[in-house]
Amino acid sequence: MSTYADPYASSRETTEGRVYSVTGGDWDALATEIGATKEERVVVNMGPQHPSTHGVLRLILELEGETVTEARCGIGYLHTGIEKNTEYRTWTQGVTFVTRMDYLAPIFNEVAYCLGVEKLLGITNEIPERASVIRVLMMELNRISSHMVALGTGALELGALSPMIFAFRERELVLDLFEMISGLRMNMAYIRPGGVAQDIPTGGVAKIRETVAQLRTNFKDNEKLLIGNTIWMKRTQHIGYLDLAGCTTLGITGPVLRSAGLAWDLRKTQPYCGYENYEFDVVTANSCDVYGRFLVRMGELEQSLRIIEQACDKLDRLEGQPVMVADKKIAWPSQLSVGADGMGNSLNHIREIMGESMEALIHHFKLVTEGFRVPAGQVYTAVESPRGETGVHLVSDGGTRPYRVHFREPSFNNLQATAAMSEGGMVADIIAAVASIDPVMGGVDR
Amino acid sequence: MSEDTGAFGVHGTGDTSGFSGLVRAVHSAGSSERPFGSYFDDLADDLERAYPEFNDAIEKIVVDRGELTLFVKAAKLREVATTLRDNEKLRFEYGLGVNGVHYPDETDREFHAVYELLSMTHNRRVRLEVAVPASNPHLPSLVEVWGGMNWHERETYDMFGIVFDGHPALTRILMPDDWQGFPQRKDYPLGGIAVEYKGATTPAPSERRSYR
Repeated sequence: MSTYADPYASSRETTEGRVYSVTGGDWDALATEIGATKEERVVVNMGPQHPSTHGVLRLILELEGETVTEARCGIGYLHTGIEKNTEYRTWTQGVTFVTRMDYLAPIFNEVAYCLGVEKLLGITNEIPERASVIRVLMMELNRISSHMVALGTGALELGALSPMIFAFRERELVLDLFEMISGLRMNMAYIRPGGVAQDIPTGGVAKIRETVAQLRTNFKDNEKLLIGNTIWMKRTQHIGYLDLAGCTTLGITGPVLRSAGLAWDLRKTQPYCGYENYEFDVVTANSCDVYGRFLVRMGELEQSLRIIEQACDKLDRLEGQPVMVADKKIAWPSQLSVGADGMGNSLNHIREIMGESMEALIHHFKLVTEGFRVPAGQVYTAVESPRGETGVHLVSDGGTRPYRVHFREPSFNNLQATAAMSEGGMVADIIAAVASIDPVMGGVDR
Repeated sequence: MSEDTGAFGVHGTGDTSGFSGLVRAVHSAGSSERPFGSYFDDLADDLERAYPEFNDAIEKIVVDRGELTLFVKAAKLREVATTLRDNEKLRFEYGLGVNGVHYPDETDREFHAVYELLSMTHNRRVRLEVAVPASNPHLPSLVEVWGGMNWHERETYDMFGIVFDGHPALTRILMPDDWQGFPQRKDYPLGGIAVEYKGATTPAPSERRSYR
């Protein structure tokens, strides 16, 4: 042994006892050293940089042998002050910030935020139907891409590699649609107060239908891989148990709540964006365990495809209708369009403001730099995101910038269930429990 | 922290975005008159029947944009919350969370805590709003009423410095444990924090600007 002390893999004495730093490597030496102590109880810091903790989540586990006696979460490693930042930007620019919270479900953040701004403005009933249908379409596509990551990485964290390959194949198809519609694969800032940034491109609906058919075929592969798979079921059944009473106490919503048998889905119970006009079922399970949550998510994929198909039919019927509110004091002046050099400002609009109408230029300048004023007051709007109730509490002081934006993030709330789900179980099962909550740390920490 | 100078010696709004100058007073909504409409009258009646001290505990009822807000006195918050949860006609079994709002101009009511409640049984929502003075920002904790309030109260403490008495472990949750100041307060600047990483220091954005 050399005298060189590796700062990342060493042991030192503290007031709490001997502390070992582990980054992989020589486990035998570590096991021997720990085995030599008389202490039965070990406190393990898992994360925040750990491949199985679903992001920068730090788990603080107290172990007796392989049994978890206490589990606590350390969060905040991805806190970026998004809520504070929005207070210094216009209401429209806020969309660009909030889309980055839960980065696997950006559309849901945008819709929840925009519904809140529209409620404050009092224009909820003036949103064009085509805009609402596009919102629903985008949300359900996003639900598929988000659930695909939940299933893929969840399986990966339990050691099953193939489902991840398949799930990301499916996610890629959805992201291609996002790119076609909004120009971006993630963090699109596509939903805007008053409507959406631009219409679906020509031929877009046909492409979506094609992808839906492809996804329906592909989902069968995922089902074959995991449903009824003995190893998968042994790792997930009766693991991470949380019943309805536990969910209620901890404020848990989303697939975790539905895996406890309660068919609570805001799309059905408190519809928004016209969800009452779509036919779909709320998928539930009764097992209250990781396997139940997995089945709920698998079932929701099919329901999302059903909604997307109905949305496509509606889009055909609403062809050519506006996608932004008629009030020119709110509607974003320019519309994007695809040019020879890719997506950018609509050239027709540039021609108008630069060459034809001084008033249009002033209007554009005022609305883009200063923004529109929102009457003072506060609202709370909620949507059913892939992880549960994404709620937005907005306060306006009557100005062009939000006074306060707060997101009630389902990931943040649901992560509290980690202790209830995993204490008393095996240390390996905590991975399954956390994966079944499907927390996205961007949303947790904001 | 004095009123003129915020954390880190900031003056004015603390706006480092370059869009400052749009400073305006906030007007809180006045009390609403009956009938409130929707299920709000029933809810208020049911709460009044179930909770004898209703008139003392509820400062005002505001119905705005189709949402019901009950302004509750801090001392009565836990009783009101427990009644809302337990009464079978109310049954707000979900405490969705708490959020702070800072109104520096409302003397002795600077910090507002806003609770969103949901009743799955009756498919209803209600909002509780409680005001506390900045000089003594203390509120009773509702973790015993709704366990899920735990992290939400920690976040509100972390961001606003509102202390929830009776919380099992009220510590910072998003900011580092040794952080100075409460970032979501209005006198706390955006940016303005020097960053030290591995011995090198990057000055705060407000200090970097050449026109300063």
